[in-house]
Amino acid sequence: MPKYSIFVNGKTKTVEVENGTPLLWVLRDNLNLIGTKFGCGIGICGSCTVLIDGKAEKSCSVSIESVEGKSITTIEGLAENRNNPLLKAWIEVEVSQCGYCQPGQILAAAALLNENPNPSDKEIEEAMNEVLCRCGTYNRIKKAIKKVVAEK
Amino acid sequence: MSGSALCLASFVPLNSLVASEGDKPKIFSPSVFIKIDTDGIVTIVVHRSEMGQGVRTALPMIVAEELEVDWRKIKIEQAEGDPKYGDQITGGSTSVRKSWDPLRIAGATAREMLIAAAAARWNVKPSDCKAENGYVVNKLNNKKVGYGDLVEEASKLPVPQNVKLKDPKDYKIIGKKLHRTDSPDKIYGKAKFGIDIVLPGMVYAAVGRSPAFGATVKNYDDSVTKSLKGILDVKKVSTGVAVFAESTWQAFKGVENLSVEWNLGPSANVNSDTINNKLKEYLKTDGDLVEIKGNPDDAEEKNYRTLEAIYEAPFQAHAPMEPMNCTAKFENNKVEVWAPTQSPQEAREAVIKTFGLNEEDVVVYVTLMGGGFGRRTNPDFVVEAVELSKAVGKPVKVTWTREDDIKHDRYRPVSMHKLKGSVDKNNKLYSFSHHVIAPSIAVQNWGAKLTPKQYDTLGGAIEKDYIIPNYKITASIVDIPVPIWYWRSVYHSQNPFAAECFIDELAHAAGRDPYEFRMELLPDDSRMKAVLKTAAEKAGWGKKLPPGKGMGIAAFAGYDSFSAQVAEVTVTESKEIIVDKITCAVDCGIVINPDIVEQQMDSGIAFALTAALKGEITIRDGSVVESNFDDFPMLQFSEMPVVETHIMQNTYRVGGLGEVAVGPCAPAVGNAIFAATGKRLRKLPFRL
Repeated sequence: MPKYSIFVNGKTKTVEVENGTPLLWVLRDNLNLIGTKFGCGIGICGSCTVLIDGKAEKSCSVSIESVEGKSITTIEGLAENRNNPLLKAWIEVEVSQCGYCQPGQILAAAALLNENPNPSDKEIEEAMNEVLCRCGTYNRIKKAIKKVVAEK
Repeated sequence: MSGSALCLASFVPLNSLVASEGDKPKIFSPSVFIKIDTDGIVTIVVHRSEMGQGVRTALPMIVAEELEVDWRKIKIEQAEGDPKYGDQITGGSTSVRKSWDPLRIAGATAREMLIAAAAARWNVKPSDCKAENGYVVNKLNNKKVGYGDLVEEASKLPVPQNVKLKDPKDYKIIGKKLHRTDSPDKIYGKAKFGIDIVLPGMVYAAVGRSPAFGATVKNYDDSVTKSLKGILDVKKVSTGVAVFAESTWQAFKGVENLSVEWNLGPSANVNSDTINNKLKEYLKTDGDLVEIKGNPDDAEEKNYRTLEAIYEAPFQAHAPMEPMNCTAKFENNKVEVWAPTQSPQEAREAVIKTFGLNEEDVVVYVTLMGGGFGRRTNPDFVVEAVELSKAVGKPVKVTWTREDDIKHDRYRPVSMHKLKGSVDKNNKLYSFSHHVIAPSIAVQNWGAKLTPKQYDTLGGAIEKDYIIPNYKITASIVDIPVPIWYWRSVYHSQNPFAAECFIDELAHAAGRDPYEFRMELLPDDSRMKAVLKTAAEKAGWGKKLPPGKGMGIAAFAGYDSFSAQVAEVTVTESKEIIVDKITCAVDCGIVINPDIVEQQMDSGIAFALTAALKGEITIRDGSVVESNFDDFPMLQFSEMPVVETHIMQNTYRVGGLGEVAVGPCAPAVGNAIFAATGKRLRKLPFRL
């Protein structure tokens, strides 16, 4: 099997996987970065959202060969800084219920704020529509994002 | 409190933790729910499963309140499936209301024993001592001793009976908006769900599943699959053809490349139409009589205004965000399972029975769950994982694809409802009849022999608080070949939809305000009346709305709780239905944690709206047509209404919450659509 070098959470990782393997499964099964979740496998639910060069991407629909040389951030990378304002807001607002989609939600929010530090409600909606939550945490997610924006 | 302080020792058998060294007990554990060690660390064992509803916070709060401990210093441990915990099913909104007494008693018993131990040491009366923040305090001289120092003495005392429980007015923990104990790990990506379990030597599996209900494997060709990299083995199993691989992805690819020939079996001709037609046949019948009061059938003779309507609800899948999965290790006739299960006892019993094992040789560890909604009360996925491990001779994690999850679910039943009602000359409700036509989960799954009064299909059909002069409930149980199962509020998501929309119809037929019309049917001391009043007042019921907007109201009683919701909707020119706001009043008796109550209302409403506005499960050729979130869509961020929850303050016995917000939501929205458009939608999901 071919070897790939990828740059995850600030570190270079070499993995030996089949060509075409989605990044999601490399993260989960090869690198044990379990915070990235499998939800649908077709790039709709967004549970597998990670940052690739700062942009939110659905890792189930990104092949390993396409991310060589790119910088990938998973929830574990983001959580290395416990003072990350998004994580703090998520805890303060008490967003999580089952919690399964929350890493994807947080990374989608991180990408949004990277690009647009002061998003409108409509812009928040558009960005966050990419990640589904069955527990209905959407309103609290909105509150947490706005809290981060307001405290900047 | 940091997430790491709440480490979950889910993989350590409890008994090893309570082992004693010599004669000196190291752990004081007067009940299965509490362990206090000599360092004073208090571990509270949670015997229900965490699937989003906050049991790893709410249940420990109940224990901690009676035990008088510092909430920030407790540890939480997830119980495995064991009858010693009593009822462990996480379903039917029972986690808190059925644990309320046992957990309070457990906490109070431990507290009294610690007080007794300290009193004996100080040679004073127990009544001269009190428990506070993890210490016993001598009220005579303010000396105090930590619980950890009392482990040995307390362990030797007899367990008292009939301990005194705290007066709710003295509660320090119950009723507070405490942060959830499970949140930090979930936010840092550290929380372990079932799908995250990895065992040494484990292989990954996926299963090629049947194309029709009840189809069996005739033969299969695995030559292409076996030529792929990372494929370890292929085996025929009860649920289809299993592929074992070095990673989840390789297992999925292996299944895609199988060529399987199936015996389709007797269900291959079943379609949504054939099922609906079968239900429709019962519309011509009276159904089995469940309850009757007065004379519900003489309104026409009296020349009262009468109405008749048919309401319909489709099959629904559970689709929790975490697809079904399970990890199992079958070795030397001993089994360990790591399961995201809502019912570890049933899963364990099913494994014992299916594989003929000794009770003591099967352990079911409970992981976190990315949602459950009832699906994970069924042990099928656990038994499958054990079969796979046995077949391949290694520990196995089997992951279902989303397509597997949706196509091989057990569904919220389809139902039809024939409603008949009338209003008298004074425009008051005179009669109300509801004929519930649906398949029974209990009959289909266990062959239950039920009298009409026991029909499970009646959930939420019998009006709890409304006083209706002439009233009739009838029901028909329909046998269908589609597997059905519990689904967040199940029949309570269907019957109240039909009934609360039809009451609205009757109110409009009488030319009355639907809120006033309902209030008139409720006695003054009714808890349902109180939530209706609160929801209406807080929503500004009756305020003038611009064209295209409407307000609808519905009330609900169930799971020992009450809720009313007012929905505000906008119907656009392109006939899109937008739910702008839900004002929700809820009465769940004593409130453990108001923040979790609000979360549960958000959650129930999102769940109900998904089913009311988005997709449905349809059947073609004995198989489910929908397969993933493209054709079975979920409510999205921008579709979530503003939710304003008002919690009633009282000291009624604690009620359920997980399913309470689901029942009133769809009818409130349906009634709001009528208010906005004049169109009465009687079929879910709503389509204009």
